[in-house]
Amino acid sequence: MNRFAELLDRLAYEPGRNNKLRLITGYFREVPDPDRGYALAALTGALSFKHAKAGLIRDLIASRTDPVLFELSYDYVGDLSETVALMWPKSPDIAHNNPPPPTLTEVITTLRTLGKSELPAQLTRWLDELDETGRWALLKLVTGAMRIGVSARLAKTAAAALGDKDPHDVELIWPGLAPPYGELFAWLEGRAEKPVNRDPAPFRPVMLAHAIEESDFANLDASDFVAEWKWDGIRVQAVSGKGDDGKIVTRLYSRTGEDITGSFPDLTPSLRLSGAIDGELLVLREGRVQSFNVLQQRLNRKSVTPKLMKEYPIHLRAYDLLSDGETDLRELTFEQRRAKLEMFIAELNDERIDLSDQIPFATWDALTAARADPAGAGAGEDADAVEGVMLKRRDSAYLPGRPKGQWWKWKRDPHIIDAVLMYAQRGHGKRSSYYSDYTFGVWTAGDSGEQLVPVGKAYFGFTDEELLQIDRFVRRNTTEKFGPVRHVTHEPDKGLVLEVAFEGLARSPRHKSGVAMRFPRISRLRWDKPPREADRLETLERMLKAETTIAPPKPATP
Amino acid sequence: MRPQDILIPVPAGLCCKPGGFHIDPVRPVERAVITHGHSDHARPGHGAVLATQETLDMMRLRYGDNFAGSTQAIAYGETIKLGDVMVSCHPAGHVLGSAQMAVTCKNICIVASGDYKDAHDPTCTPFEVVPCDVFITEATFGLPVFRHGDAADEVKKLLASVALFPERAHLVGAYSLGKAQRVIKLIRQAGYDAPIYLHGAMEKITHYYQSRGIDLGELRPVKGVRKADLAGTITLAPPSATSDVWTRRFPDPVTAFASGWMRVRARARQRGVELPLVISDHADWDGLCATISTTGAGEIWVTHGQEDALVHWCQSQGLTARPLALVGYGDEEEEETLPPGKSADA
Repeated sequence: MNRFAELLDRLAYEPGRNNKLRLITGYFREVPDPDRGYALAALTGALSFKHAKAGLIRDLIASRTDPVLFELSYDYVGDLSETVALMWPKSPDIAHNNPPPPTLTEVITTLRTLGKSELPAQLTRWLDELDETGRWALLKLVTGAMRIGVSARLAKTAAAALGDKDPHDVELIWPGLAPPYGELFAWLEGRAEKPVNRDPAPFRPVMLAHAIEESDFANLDASDFVAEWKWDGIRVQAVSGKGDDGKIVTRLYSRTGEDITGSFPDLTPSLRLSGAIDGELLVLREGRVQSFNVLQQRLNRKSVTPKLMKEYPIHLRAYDLLSDGETDLRELTFEQRRAKLEMFIAELNDERIDLSDQIPFATWDALTAARADPAGAGAGEDADAVEGVMLKRRDSAYLPGRPKGQWWKWKRDPHIIDAVLMYAQRGHGKRSSYYSDYTFGVWTAGDSGEQLVPVGKAYFGFTDEELLQIDRFVRRNTTEKFGPVRHVTHEPDKGLVLEVAFEGLARSPRHKSGVAMRFPRISRLRWDKPPREADRLETLERMLKAETTIAPPKPATP
Repeated sequence: MRPQDILIPVPAGLCCKPGGFHIDPVRPVERAVITHGHSDHARPGHGAVLATQETLDMMRLRYGDNFAGSTQAIAYGETIKLGDVMVSCHPAGHVLGSAQMAVTCKNICIVASGDYKDAHDPTCTPFEVVPCDVFITEATFGLPVFRHGDAADEVKKLLASVALFPERAHLVGAYSLGKAQRVIKLIRQAGYDAPIYLHGAMEKITHYYQSRGIDLGELRPVKGVRKADLAGTITLAPPSATSDVWTRRFPDPVTAFASGWMRVRARARQRGVELPLVISDHADWDGLCATISTTGAGEIWVTHGQEDALVHWCQSQGLTARPLALVGYGDEEEEETLPPGKSADA
């Protein structure tokens, strides 16, 4: 347990993804089965212990310490698990004959079988045996609040790295595995065959597109490609298959293989036929595709209420078929798969699932025109939810990853405004000595004349060289500091104008300006432009009017 | 005579009227008795200063030759008469030359311990318990969440990280007087014998430690070293420098910070520390409680830090205790900031 605790402790402080990976892989290499398997389970969120609640932890510490000292300490530290871990007093009983601290395996297997009434005494014993990092990790583990910045995907990638395997391969077999993952580690270390995924509805690694550049077209023949609209939704894989008991198992995966079925119970009944669809998840109201801002209301929800499902009806727009029944179609060409897909969707005949339309074009010029005017080129009233155009080679097999020259995405030009840098904040990790997070604003008429109102924040888009320049500018033009934030000079004739590119706009009562940008980034530094010539809030409001189709329902209280 | 007739807090610091001096005054006074060289305790501009030789030397290094009108050295175990009181000097174990000052007047003995720690430190004389009637204790880490553990284990963590990331530089933030030298010594004791690099602001005091016979191995100034050559090395720097532009000379640095505050995650994260090292030159909670008990003092005056919790604890032990309202002392790590302009190339 102490070795696992040490890992969690180190991860909690490490900001860099690659360094996190190395720490986790190093742990897997060093620690034997089954401990490392349970660690993988803990990191991927595969464990939960229903009896351990914060109230129980409070009772435990109350029985051991002075309540005044506990309150003063909790007030100072601010985190219950950490306060308890740090101030837990040594038990006088075990001073002379310390039992070895429990292993992670012992902790997890015991917790799984322990009744609610036995839990307090058992936790107390462990708290006595562990050091403070061990106690902290134990309390984080049992209360299920790890919050150390490690996703399930990252933990699986670290496991894959142990055997130089592709994380996709781990993802593929993952649904068929269970803690402590002995057969997974045996395969990763070359001691056994790859475990077979017995999951009837497995995830398949997705095929991705390259962003196309102007210069690429010269080498591409329009007749080799088909085009579809690029919808502003989220990419999903909807898989159904027959289990051993003959029942259909249905799962919805994100593009990284995360199982998100639970968030969309309204879609699963529609996936009645055995097969794997690659498509875009959208919200449709009265047949019209809603903006990403509307779809966002359905994402990352803990509970999915009937009200939510009614107000944000979910829809799947299918663009590929990876398997039909038991047959894997990924070796076929895109055109062959498309024909199968059309039959599959027709057979499903479900209003929640439809086909992604193809855009007729004979030349690149024709496609350019369609991209510039999706409404007139077939997208009709849904044109506002079109993010651009997808190009797929007619003869492309379905290959995992981002194979060269097969699929291309050709986004619509982003919106662009000129805004003024107002505040800058230090970055994290590698960027901790740079001011790399920028709040920018545009002009509006205020009570005392023209003033800047913040409209967004951006922390990428610039080159390393530009970062140095902005950092230097920030340091030389700071008027005030609030903790890590610097207030940067922003006057009509003195300040830095940033060209900000963004994908969309939404009304936002949380922002002072009333608007929120989607995916803002710094596209250019306008050293040449005086701040007074930057854009005005009215410009954004005009864009917003042009953009908004149907506004999302207002929250219950204004 | 009551204890408060001997020592009483005034705006300038702790004042001893019958002896005619102040202990660690925060404003210039005629006669000062100084416990140790940290800048919140040892300030320039006093008429006469009584302190250990090391403390006087360090004040001279920091403030120049004219830091006081006159100086007088006192050795550990020595007693000197000042006015109507006797002042004796005892090791405090905080940093090189740090002292507790015991003030005795008419059978009442008050010990002003300054900053102290009862933990092992290879760079200074160990703390000594001085039996007394009134014990004045610091409370920097006066909460039961602060238990510091063995500093050698923390240094092992640092060395393990250096082994794990050989292509990165390790930057250890440490207060430049005391902490830095203790960390270097601990690194040497753990068997690391490669050169250790120093930020410019560390050099003077570190060389002073070496001149007092403390072997710190090969030390090099980091200034002028090529970036690539700093991969896999350890550099000691003042805490404020570790989030400064100065860090850009290092290849993908791992930021460590050696401080008792590192016990609390939020404090470490707030400072952007990736590798917190719980190494403190102040007594931890257990150390404070144990020391208070062993002095045999019936009355405890608690100053700078978490007074409330420690006063509560003393009272629960049947001791008379009160917070001593002294201002101007703090956590030296929070205080240590580099002069503007100096940081970039130090």
